[in-house]
Amino acid sequence: MLIGLDVGGTQTDAVILEQQKIVKSVKVPTNNTDIERSTLNVISKLLEDISASDVENINISTTLATNSIIENKMAPVGMFIETGPGISPNFLKCGAYNFFIKGCIDHRGTITSCLSHQELMKKINLLKNQEIEAIGVVTKFSTRNPAHELKIKEILEKENFKNISMGHEISGKLNFPRRVFSTYLNSAIYQTMEQFITSLENILRKKGFTNKIQMLKADGGTLHLNQAKTLPINTILSGPAASVMGCWYFFPEKEDAILLDIGGTTTDISFLANGVPLFEPQGITIQKYPTLIPAIYTVPIGLGGDSSISVGQDKKIKIGPERKGNAMALGGPSPTPTDAFIYLGLLKIGDVNLAESAMAQIGRQLDTDVRGASETIYQLFGKIIKNHSIKILDEINEHPVYTIYELLHGKKLIPKKIVAIGGPAQACAPILEDIFNIPCYVPEYFSVANAIGAALSKETMEINLFADTQKKRLIVPELNKIEKINSSYGLDQAEKEAVNLIQSYAIKLGIKPELIETDIVESNEFNMVRGFSTVGKNIRVKAQLKPGLLYKNRENR
Amino acid sequence: MILKAKNKLGIIFFPAFDWAISPNHPEREERLLYTMDQLTEEGIQDIEGIKFYNPKMAIAKDIERVHFCIPDVSHRVSQSHLISAGGAITAGEIVMNKEVQKSFAIVRPPGHHAQKVVWGDRGFCIINIEAIMAEHLRQKFGHKKIAIVDTDCHHGDGTQNIFWNDPDTLYISLHQDGRTLYPGTGFIDELGGPGAYGYNINIPLPPKTGDEGYLYVIDNLVLPILNEYQPDLIINSAGQDNHYSDPLTNMNISALGYAQLSEKLNADIAVLEGGYSIEGALPYVNLGLVLAMAGLDYSQVKEPDYSPEKLKQSPKITDYIKRLCEIIYQNWKNRNELSYKKFNHQEKITRKRQVYYDTDSINENQTEEIYVCNHCSGIRVIQSQTDHGFPIMAITIPKKACKLCRSHAYEIYQQNRFNFKHIYLQDCTHDLFLSKQ
Repeated sequence: MLIGLDVGGTQTDAVILEQQKIVKSVKVPTNNTDIERSTLNVISKLLEDISASDVENINISTTLATNSIIENKMAPVGMFIETGPGISPNFLKCGAYNFFIKGCIDHRGTITSCLSHQELMKKINLLKNQEIEAIGVVTKFSTRNPAHELKIKEILEKENFKNISMGHEISGKLNFPRRVFSTYLNSAIYQTMEQFITSLENILRKKGFTNKIQMLKADGGTLHLNQAKTLPINTILSGPAASVMGCWYFFPEKEDAILLDIGGTTTDISFLANGVPLFEPQGITIQKYPTLIPAIYTVPIGLGGDSSISVGQDKKIKIGPERKGNAMALGGPSPTPTDAFIYLGLLKIGDVNLAESAMAQIGRQLDTDVRGASETIYQLFGKIIKNHSIKILDEINEHPVYTIYELLHGKKLIPKKIVAIGGPAQACAPILEDIFNIPCYVPEYFSVANAIGAALSKETMEINLFADTQKKRLIVPELNKIEKINSSYGLDQAEKEAVNLIQSYAIKLGIKPELIETDIVESNEFNMVRGFSTVGKNIRVKAQLKPGLLYKNRENR
Repeated sequence: MILKAKNKLGIIFFPAFDWAISPNHPEREERLLYTMDQLTEEGIQDIEGIKFYNPKMAIAKDIERVHFCIPDVSHRVSQSHLISAGGAITAGEIVMNKEVQKSFAIVRPPGHHAQKVVWGDRGFCIINIEAIMAEHLRQKFGHKKIAIVDTDCHHGDGTQNIFWNDPDTLYISLHQDGRTLYPGTGFIDELGGPGAYGYNINIPLPPKTGDEGYLYVIDNLVLPILNEYQPDLIINSAGQDNHYSDPLTNMNISALGYAQLSEKLNADIAVLEGGYSIEGALPYVNLGLVLAMAGLDYSQVKEPDYSPEKLKQSPKITDYIKRLCEIIYQNWKNRNELSYKKFNHQEKITRKRQVYYDTDSINENQTEEIYVCNHCSGIRVIQSQTDHGFPIMAITIPKKACKLCRSHAYEIYQQNRFNFKHIYLQDCTHDLFLSKQ
C-alpha cells in the first residue's frame, strides 16, 4: 500500500494506492492559518483504520516550508560569507546579520587567503549577544574545497551553536549567490521544519510507521525525514512537482511532451524530454531568492478557468491574470473561460443559463452572438497556452552549450503530445489538440494526479564529484567527502566512484536495491597543461539517483 | 537579491570544450574552463539584464566577404572556426537588433592574426572573426563607420592587413612593441594604404607597461581619436594577454586595469582574442570585462596575487609612453597631409611582403599592389605564393569603388585568368565573390 499526500495552497489531496489501484482518495480544504496542524490532522485521519504492516511508503508534499518563506515566518540568521574577489557582495545580504569575512578559495579550490580566527570570534560573540541561533556559512568555491566552511562550523560548534547550515552540503554546484540564499533559507526554516518533523515522527511512531515516511522535493523525488530535518530547504515548492509526477505516471511513453496543469487561476506548464521531466537548469527561485534546489521546470502563467475576461475599447479580449471569483455559472461575479466551456457543453457543472448570460455579456461587447463569443474565448484560451508554451520551448532549446558536438547535434525538445490535468483539462483538450496540432491526453484520475504523483515518487539525489589529479584530491561536496587520489586517477574511475557513492548512500538510507537506479548526468575530463607538459587532469562528474516512479503504469493505451 | 545590469549585455560564451589545435597547445580545451567556473560561481547568469546566447555558425559567404582562403573556405576553415566567427556575428547582430546594448563574445579560437589571404593558421588564427563580423553587419544593417580597438598584447597584423586600405574602418592596436614579441610588426609608421592612410594606428608599448600607462594611452590618445573619428560602432578585440601573469608576453596589466579600460573604451561589442594565463588571469579579466560592460561594480575583481606595488610602472616607461602618444596623435592629426606627400602622383603602391604562418609552418611571399585613385580608395591586387604552394592572384574592389576602378579590376581578372592556378575577385561594392581554379 502506498500513500500520497499533497497539502496544497487551497486543497489537501490524499490517495491510498494498492496494487496501483486507488482504494481511497480524500480532498479537503487546506487550513492555511496552520499548515502544520492541517497536515498532521489529515495524516492522522488517513491512517486511522490502516494497519502499519500494510503500508510500504507514505510520501508527503507540504507547503509548510514554502509558506514559512513566503510569509516570512523565519528565524533570524547570522550569515558568514567569504566572498573572495569578484562581484561586490552587498546584494548577498539576506540574514539578520551578514558578515563578509576574510579568506579566499579560488576556482581550483586553492586557499589563497586564510581565515582570521580573531575576526570570527568577534562576530560569534556579537551573535551570542543578539541571541541568534540560526547560522549560515558559505564560502565562494566551497564546492571545490569546503575547508573554510568546515573550519567555521567547527569553531561555531565549540561555541555551542547547533543550527548551522553549510553551503557545500546543500549543493555541489557552482553559483555562489544561489548557494548563499539556499543556505540562508535552510537555516531560517530549520526550526519550523524540525518541529513539524518531530511532531510527525511522534504521530507515526505511535502508529508504527517509523521509517516509512518521506517528504517530497521540488524535483519530484523524495527525502528521508532525517535528511529533511537537516536540509529542510529541499522540501520547498514540491506541489507542482507532485502534479508533474502524477502526469508522468499516466504518460509512460518515451517521448517529448507538454504537461499542463490547468487550474482556476493559473496554468502550470512543464515538459517531458524523452519521457523524463525536464529540470530547472540551476535551481528553483522562491520569493526573491534564486536557489540551487533542484526542481522540475514549471512555468506558471496567469491563465485559468476562473480568470476574469475583459474586452477593451478596441474589442481586444484579455483573459487573466486576475481572478475575481468563481465562474458566473457557479455564482461568481464576472464572465470567465469556465462559463464559455459550460455554455459550449464541454463542462457539465454549474448553471448553464448563468453561463449563457455571462457569454452574452461578452458577445455584446464583441458585437457577436453567445455562441460566437464562447467560441472566441475558447479559441483564445488555447492560443494563450500555446503562445506561452512556444516561448518557453524556444528558451529551453536555446540553452547554452559548450561543445561543438552539442551545438551541432544537441537534442531539441519537440513535444509530440500534451498531457493535461486540472478542472478545465477535459474541456480544453479539443482546442489544445486543434491549436497545437498534436494529441492531448487527459488522464482519468486527473483530479488527484498530484496525490498519486506524491505516492509514487521515490528518493532522488545528485552528487558532483570533482577530482584534481595535480592536487591529488577528490571532493564530493554533498557527501562531505574529501579523499586523496593518485595522479593516475581517471574519468572511468571517477564515474565508477560516483555511482558507487550513490549506491552505498542509497542503501544506507534503506532504499530497496531494486529501486536504486543511478545515472551519470555529466562527465568531463580536461588535461591541465602548464608550460608544455600535462600536469594533471581536472575531472567533473555529476551523477544522480535517477528520478522515477515506484511503479510504471501498466495501463495499456 | 538579484543584481541588475545598468547596460543590457549579451554574452556569447562558447568554450569549445571539445576542440584544440593540439593537446598541449595554448589553444586547447582547458582554455576557458576556469573562466566558466568563475562566471558560473559568480552567478552571472542570474543578473537581470545579462543574457547568454549560443553562437550561430558563420557561412562561407561571410568569410569570402573578408578573406581569400586558398584554395577555398572549405579547405581552410573548420567547424570550430565557423562557430567562433559565428559567435562574433551573433554578438554584433544582437547589438544591431537592439536586443541588448552591448555584447561580449567569449569564444575561441581567436582571429586577429588572420590576414586577407589565408594559406593556413598563424598565431592560432585562421579567419579574422572581428573583420567577418564587421562586414557581415555592414551587409545586413547598412554601411557603417567602424572602429576596431585591439587590446590584445600581440599586434593584430591580420586586422591591420584586412582593413589596410579601408578609411571606413579605423583600426587601433595597442600591443607590446614588435621588437620584443610576435608577430614583430605594428610600428607607428604602418599607417595604411593610399586609400586610408592614417586610419591604421599602431601603439607599440614597451614591455612592463602597467595599468597606468595603458589607461594613459586610452585617455590621451585612443578616446580623443575615437571622438574625432565618430564611428557608428566600436568593436574591442579583447585579448587578455597583457595580463601580468600571461606566459607568452611581458606586460603588467591587472584584471582591474582591464575592467577600467573596458569601461573607458565603452565598446559596443567585445570579442575575446588571445590570453593564455588561463588560471591566474582569464577568470578575473573576463569577469572584470563582463561587469564593466554591464555597468556593474568591478572594484572587487582582484587576482588572488594582485599587488599594485609590484606592478607599479617605472617613470621611464611613463615618459616614453607620453612621448609616443604625442607622435602618434600628430600622425593622426596630419594624416591627410602625410598621405598627399606620400602617394601624390603615384599610379600604384607596391609592397613585397613575407608572411609566416607559425602554427602551420608555411612561408608566403606576397606582392601587393594598391592602385591610387582620387575617387575611391582604389583596388587591391595581391599575388601570392608559398614555399610549397602555387601562385595565386586575389583582387579586391572596395566597398565604394568608382566605376573606372571596378571595370579595371574585372579587366585584371579576365587578363590573368590563365596565368595563375587560382584567381579570385572580391567585389565589395556588389557583395560578389568570383574564383577560377
